[in-house]
Order: sequence, then C-alpha cells, then structure tokens
Amino acid sequence: MQRSNTYIIIFSAVLTIILGGMLSLASVGLKPAQDKQIELDTKKKILGAVMDISNIKDPNEILSLYDQKVTSIVVDAEGNTVEADAKGNKIVAEKVSVQKNYRLDKSERLYPVYMFKNESGKTEAYVFPMFGAGLWDWISGYIALDGDLNTIRGIAFDHKQETPGLGARITSQEIQGRYVGKTIFEAGELVSVSMVKGEGNAGLTDHQVDGMSGATMTGKGVNRMLEEYLGCYQPFFDKVKSEGNLALN
Amino acid sequence: MSTETVEVKEKVEKKPAEPLFSKRRRGIVKDPLSDDNPITIQVLGICSALAITIKMEPTIVMSIAVIFVIVFSNLIISLMRNLIPGRVRIIVQLAVIATLVTLVSEVLKAYYYDMYKVLGAFVGLIITNCIVMGRLEAFAMGNKPYDSILDGLGSGFGYAWIIMVVAFFRELFGSGSILNFKIFEAIGWDTFPTNGLMVDSIGAFMVLGVLIWVQRTKTGYVEH
Repeated sequence: MQRSNTYIIIFSAVLTIILGGMLSLASVGLKPAQDKQIELDTKKKILGAVMDISNIKDPNEILSLYDQKVTSIVVDAEGNTVEADAKGNKIVAEKVSVQKNYRLDKSERLYPVYMFKNESGKTEAYVFPMFGAGLWDWISGYIALDGDLNTIRGIAFDHKQETPGLGARITSQEIQGRYVGKTIFEAGELVSVSMVKGEGNAGLTDHQVDGMSGATMTGKGVNRMLEEYLGCYQPFFDKVKSEGNLALN
Repeated sequence: MSTETVEVKEKVEKKPAEPLFSKRRRGIVKDPLSDDNPITIQVLGICSALAITIKMEPTIVMSIAVIFVIVFSNLIISLMRNLIPGRVRIIVQLAVIATLVTLVSEVLKAYYYDMYKVLGAFVGLIITNCIVMGRLEAFAMGNKPYDSILDGLGSGFGYAWIIMVVAFFRELFGSGSILNFKIFEAIGWDTFPTNGLMVDSIGAFMVLGVLIWVQRTKTGYVEH
C-alpha cells in the first residue's frame, strides 16, 4: 500500500516519540536499582580481594560488612589525600571511575585507596584498584596488600573480552591464588610481580607467578597493569611507611 | 439497542470464531519447534547460538530474553501492521525490536547484574538476531495479533531448546558441570579432563552440526 510522504514522516515521528519515551521512562525508573547493583559489584570486588565472601549471598550483608570493615580515601599521584575536586565537590573513592581516570595522564589521575580494618581498628590490608589493556579489551583488578604494603594478600581481576578458557582465566580462583603471598618490593625497590610465559614453570621467585598456557598476551597486559599502578601508588606507599601508619588510623 | 444485538449474533453465526487452539494454530507453535526450526532447518540466529552457549545459566537467560523480544515485537508489529507504511517497514520493525531489547538489557542491569556482565553485548545483539526480524517480516506483517503471539512463542522456544541442548553439552564437556554444579566431582570422578575445545566457539559449531544432522535425519529435510 503506497502512503504519502507526509503520512510516513508523521508516522515515524510519532513512533519515535512513543518508543523514545518508553525507553527514557525505563532508564529513569531503573536507575536507582542499577546504581545499587554497580555499587554492590564494586564493594564485592574490594572485599573479595581481601577475604573470601563467596559464602555470603545476601547483598545487604555484604554492604553492611563493607561499611563495617572498609574505609576509603582518594590520593593523587604524589600520594596526598584529595578530598574535593576543583569545584569543591566532595570526592568519594567508591564513585571514582578508575576506567575514566586511566585515560588521563598518570599525574592527573585520582587513585582510590581502600583500607580494610581489623576488630581493633588497625589497618590490616590495603586494596588498590587498577586498570589496563588485555589482549582484546580492557582488564581491571583490585590488589590487596598486607599492612606491610609488600605482601600480596589477594587479587581480583576482571576483564571484558578475554578469550574464555585462555585469557579469561585471570578471573579464576586458580590464577588469582597464584599471587597470594608474593611480594612487590625487593630490598626497598619496587619490582612488582610478573606472570611468566608458559605454564608449569619451576623455580619461581617471590616476584613471579606461573603463566597461563595460550594466554601470554593477556599475561603481559596484567603485568603492565600491575607495574603501572603499583608505580603510581608508590608515593602513597612511601608516605604511609614514613608516617608509620599514624595519619591513617 | 435490540437491533444491534441481533446484528452481532448474525455475524457470529455467519463466521464462527476459530477455536483458541485450532489445528492451524497448534501448527503455528509446533512447526518451528521441529519441522521448521529456526536454527537447525532455517539456520538462522547461529551467531548468538555460538556466543552464549558456553554455560547453561546465561543460555537460559538469553532464551528468556529472546522469547520475550520475539513475542512482544510480533504482537506490536501485528497490531500496527495496517498502519505501517511499506517503504519504512524494516526500520519500524528494527525500532520496535531495539526498544524491547534495550528494555531487557536495562532490567537485567538493574536486577541481575552478574548476568548482565556475562551477557552484556549479546543481549544487545538480539536486535540483529535474524530470527526476530525474520518472523516480523514473514509473519507478523500479515497476520492477526493472536496468531503472531503463537508464532513468536513457537519460534522463540524453537530457538531456546536448541541453544539449551548445545549449552548442556558444552558445559558438561567443557567445564564438567551442569548449571555450575560440578557433576563429575559429585559422582567421584575428580580427574575428569575438561575439553577446552568445547569452551571455544568451535565446540559450538561441532555440537550444532551434530544436532542439525540428527534433526534433519529425523524430519527428512533436504536442502534444495
């Protein structure tokens, strides 16, 4: 059936308005629930780097555990605490997008630091988020260091597009467990921890972990990410160490 | 008032309504499940069948999403079929599909975030799933709403059960589990060697190929 051009234009316009309206309503209506999910996801990752939370199923329990145990600050590239942005708005560490900051120059980025406290209120572990490039798309991670800021207590990686069964193994407990107990400093020098090529390597040092067979490129991405971000956090490490942890307690 | 009722009665007598589940309507639902299956016979929607069938859980969510989108887009397009100008019908169909898919994606993000992270891009790709547009163009544009819903259900479930079977075998052999339940460990076979090929898309091709073979042997379908 041939319709006039006017009909087609009006039809398309009305349809667009109706469909667009529906989508805007859905987007606005679901925003709070989505924000909560994203917040929960972030907090789960931070806690997950320090302790095993796989048995906790209730989201509210995770959130309350987080509030109880974790405090956060944001530091700049010199390791100084940043509390407000240029416009004077308060900066909250959980809201800082590491992904967005990754695009900025190292010296301009904001670096969130999460501190995990034990019962007596002393900082037991620090969690540092990081971000980088894998083989196909971005990879990210949270590294948890013990109070000495040297020994790795846990690590949690995430990725967007790494190959399942190969590079995507960085999200598995098997790979992440390999980092536990490794150290990032060698005689006062920051050396990071690197994943070696190939799997089943013997004689690994305290700064090396076994690689993933068939995923050398992803492993390299992980190494670059760790090296870059640990380097960025080094001024903060130095500061904490020189101040003897006082300022943060 | 009274004359009006008489008229209506006459109409009903002249043309009795088709039963809700007449033979023809049962056929609309049943055909795509086997004889005219969108994946194994028409070989449509292969792309997503490969991508999301590594494990069963995302496959089930994907199936629900596709069934929802296909049923409702069929219904909406069928309701509007006499209003849609022929020259812009494809873009109208796409707009309806895209809206529904975005809704599904937003709801997943709000209430099922873990699954949203796994499926993410693939839910969005339902828009380009050939099955959905194929049904709109081939069926909903020329049939009544109720029939179109049935057709959507048929095609949706026809797609769903195939990808579920593929996912079952891929998860079983690729990860040694079913719905994340480690089945081989449960029966005491701790050393079950998982097959890396099944985790890769190549594994999906192989399972799907076998499925198509079995299905076509059964229905006697030959490609011309």
